[in-house]
Amino acid sequence: MDLATLLFWIIAIILVGSALLVVGMRNIVHSALALVVLFGMASGIYLLLNAEFIAIVQILIYAGAVTILILFALMLTRTNNISTNSNPTNRQWWLAAIISTLVGAAIIFAVTLSQYSTVHAGSGVAYGTSACALPPNNVVYIGQLLYSPTCYSYVLPFEIASLVLLVAIVGAIVIGRED
Amino acid sequence: MLTLNHFLVLGALLFCIGLYGALAKRNAIAVLMGIEVMLNAVNVTMVGFSFFNTVKPYSTYLTGQIFAIFIITVAAAEAAVALAVVISIYRKRSTVDVGEINLMKW
Repeated sequence: MDLATLLFWIIAIILVGSALLVVGMRNIVHSALALVVLFGMASGIYLLLNAEFIAIVQILIYAGAVTILILFALMLTRTNNISTNSNPTNRQWWLAAIISTLVGAAIIFAVTLSQYSTVHAGSGVAYGTSACALPPNNVVYIGQLLYSPTCYSYVLPFEIASLVLLVAIVGAIVIGRED
Repeated sequence: MLTLNHFLVLGALLFCIGLYGALAKRNAIAVLMGIEVMLNAVNVTMVGFSFFNTVKPYSTYLTGQIFAIFIITVAAAEAAVALAVVISIYRKRSTVDVGEINLMKW
């Protein structure tokens, strides 16, 4: 077992464990803190997959911004029984458990055992040559792919995503405003 | 030796845990946390596909990682708008229990 496989198993076990803590803790603030561990471990998985830019963005946006948003929303919607059981399940939780188990079993069957499974996929080549000169690292390469004016790039989806963010900011302010 | 199946099974496990959280929780913010877990599972799958992709014109363009970046963008927008909606409902109804939020029920 090489180092990457060992790291993968450690990170994957912590990742699944913290995901179980997110849905299983009785205090919802503890669930939000387990979510921070989950985001950090997911960025470790991205580092294993040669995706440095996504790993940093994951820590900046998810562990930084989204968790703070969730914690602020928890503080603003504080109910009086925050310490006893502030994260209850509804009456159909057994149905939800059955549905999610079936969905997970179907996906795992599809990717491992079925005749369309991905056992013939390649064994991990990183990015190769493009029309531009080969960039020094992943961040520069993604930067070229996102907004290079001359090479093949994703400029139009990038601009549309920025428009989506602008609309979301204005919408959040308008919806959350006190009248 | 890591294969693509490791990352796909990990993503599937995370996805069904998040699906359980989104379906079974009563607190609206806990439902949102389940949705965030599901989006992260999809991101793990996308970056895994991007790493193990050998089909020539697509592997050079890092399609999976670009896809993950757009998923992160949309997830941030979704979290901001959804938490604003939750806070707005809490001001009007003094509850965040999704079983009691029935303003659109006829």
